[in-house]
Amino acid sequence: MHTSVADLKKGERGIIIDSSSDSIPLKLLEMGCLPGNEVQLLHLAPFSDPLYLVINGCHVAIRKETATLILIDKLNE
Amino acid sequence: MSKQINVALIGNPNTGKTSVFNALTGLNQKVGNYPGITVDKKEGICKLSRNTKAHIIDLPGTYSLNASSIDENVVIELLLNKNDKDYPDVAVIVSDVENLKRNLLLFTQIKDLHIPSILVINMADRMERKGISLNIELLEKQLNTKIALVSTRKKQGIDELKSLIENYKKLSVKPCLNTATIDIDYFQKLKKAFPDQDLYKLWLVICQDVNFGKITRKELDFSNFKTKSASELKRLQQKETIKRYQFINAVLKEGQNIDKEKAKDFRTRLDRILTHKVYGYLIFFVILLTIFQAIYDWASIPMEFIDQSFASLANWTKATLPSGVLTDLLAEGIISGIGGIVIFIPQIAFLFLFISILEESGYMSRVVFLMDKIMRRFGLSGKSIVPLISGTACAIPAIMATRNIESWKERLITILVTPFTTCSARLPVYIIIIPLVIPDGRFLGLSYQALTLMLLYVIGFSMAVLSAFILDLVMKQNRKTFFVIEMPGYKIPLFKNVAFTVIEKTKTFIFEAGKIILAISIVLWVLASYGPGENFNSAESIVKTNHTELNEVELENEIAAFKLEHSYIGIIGKSIEPVIKPLGYDWKIGIGLVASFAAREVFVGTLATIYSVGSASDEEEGENTIKNRMAAEVHSNGDKVFTLASGISLLLFYAFAMQCMSTLAIVKRETNSWKWPLIQLFGMSTIAYIVAFIAYQFLK
Repeated sequence: MHTSVADLKKGERGIIIDSSSDSIPLKLLEMGCLPGNEVQLLHLAPFSDPLYLVINGCHVAIRKETATLILIDKLNE
Repeated sequence: MSKQINVALIGNPNTGKTSVFNALTGLNQKVGNYPGITVDKKEGICKLSRNTKAHIIDLPGTYSLNASSIDENVVIELLLNKNDKDYPDVAVIVSDVENLKRNLLLFTQIKDLHIPSILVINMADRMERKGISLNIELLEKQLNTKIALVSTRKKQGIDELKSLIENYKKLSVKPCLNTATIDIDYFQKLKKAFPDQDLYKLWLVICQDVNFGKITRKELDFSNFKTKSASELKRLQQKETIKRYQFINAVLKEGQNIDKEKAKDFRTRLDRILTHKVYGYLIFFVILLTIFQAIYDWASIPMEFIDQSFASLANWTKATLPSGVLTDLLAEGIISGIGGIVIFIPQIAFLFLFISILEESGYMSRVVFLMDKIMRRFGLSGKSIVPLISGTACAIPAIMATRNIESWKERLITILVTPFTTCSARLPVYIIIIPLVIPDGRFLGLSYQALTLMLLYVIGFSMAVLSAFILDLVMKQNRKTFFVIEMPGYKIPLFKNVAFTVIEKTKTFIFEAGKIILAISIVLWVLASYGPGENFNSAESIVKTNHTELNEVELENEIAAFKLEHSYIGIIGKSIEPVIKPLGYDWKIGIGLVASFAAREVFVGTLATIYSVGSASDEEEGENTIKNRMAAEVHSNGDKVFTLASGISLLLFYAFAMQCMSTLAIVKRETNSWKWPLIQLFGMSTIAYIVAFIAYQFLK
């Protein structure tokens, strides 16, 4: 079982391994949310939702429900 | 014979595309509409050399050629239609140096349509600070294009861009990606079915038809070709995106170098404060307070001046021009009417000033981020906050601003509740009624009148949120919710951009609303100046026989009042009086309500027209401001018309009622059905009537 972006803690990074769920909007893929790219959690809004991420160098905020669909390998630093 | 080159400016949102547009065209620009849809069409002219001009279109920002909103769809429609008169000879793709990778996705797509393309790398002045270095020569070679490094802030690179545009014929039209490699099998079938068509164009048309399904192209007939399901197509689109990024990554690996240590900067620090659990909200609150302060307080100075000036102008016109029907129409109808429009300018300008600064600086996205979870509890999206704030200027641009809300349900609810927020058209009504009925005095240093105004904003906003909550419970969710918002880097807003926005929006509002207000003012004047039958025509003799005791001035006033009562508009007002009496209104206010059904800002102008028709004003002392006339208004039994009870009732009625035809028209267009505007109209009017009724009966 892989971890998802929603499991990241503030400041942590991961490498995307799957983002093919139908519920992930194409726009997010176009911003670079694709396998092999890096994702980092920058900030969390109050109540831990939405998440403020850097995906592939692109600053973007998404909701937790979408974040759980993006599977990653956590990078240990 | 001078030559004209068609140029399309295309780019991701937040790349400074509009700054480039402003730098190229300066004041030679105009904003119109694409036929049939409410998307702004910005075009301008740029002189390239002695006999060459460029006609530039600033297309809506988009992340790719796979449209998900009508704004983005405009871009694709234009690029796919070679017969369009605006079809570009050359495409200028604006990218931002910090997000080059993502920006190139769109660039490669446009390139693959065989359109000569120039790549603008904007905000080049930030390169060093961000630790970015680029090998332009290599990039130009690998992307088969010409690159212009531009900084609109430092005014660099614009001349180079102009000369590239002028020499567009030298640009290569070689594509970046071999479309067929996305899915060899599928694209082979496609090629067999349409041997003379460009493959990538075909592919875009197919995706487009599935997602938008309304375009008919006579040169392409897909009836014999089996297309794939939406889900399969999405997979192919995903494959396409991956392929493109592979290409881009390979290009940038050699052409771009980023020193990550340098990239850490004040954005991170600012984000930490602005999106903080406590400070973030606090700062937002302070900003909101400042905006409201500007609208009430700072704007009231020029507004007072405008009000006075128009009153003087009307009096002057009456005194100077020979008396007659035309002079009356001019002074009572047209000048009052125009005054009622011009008075809006200070507030609208202030509001758009703040909104455009918040948008330009990148702050608005942080507010969306902070508010999303809270707004979602009420069935709204964080992105609803922008329409709800813009709604304090005008519901029309606010409703148009809902387009970037991905979830249809959240978007629809936002559209439905936005008209509850206190738009600037309600302000004149509030500003005129409040001083009439709310006593002077202070509470904690704030005047009662200012507090009342503030309270009305709070009430409007609360009603919006409350009805959103109810709608959320009632409506069924039929689509999945998406939410993606880019968090752009912070920028100090460019004065030029802000100024253009403020001028443009104010102008549009004044002219659009102005036309309606002016037309209604004239109609009202006519309706108030003429009447049917005996009572109106022989008003003079009737009043004289009935009131022998009056002196000349009183007699004249009495005649004027009698005439108004029996004019066409008086009859209309009288006939609805039974309905509005329980709310505390008389027939004159009734006339105002009827007239402001189309646009609420007409109310004040209407009352002005009615009261100036209804009194022999040249006999009165001092300036005839609308306020003075209304304060003096009494019922037939001598009681004041504007009391606390009737005033509050009127304020509440205006706070909730849906009195704006333009908004209804926009809602119809945005929701594509009459169902929602009608629900809005009846729902809001009912709420307004009930609340006003309760308020009046309690306070009476």
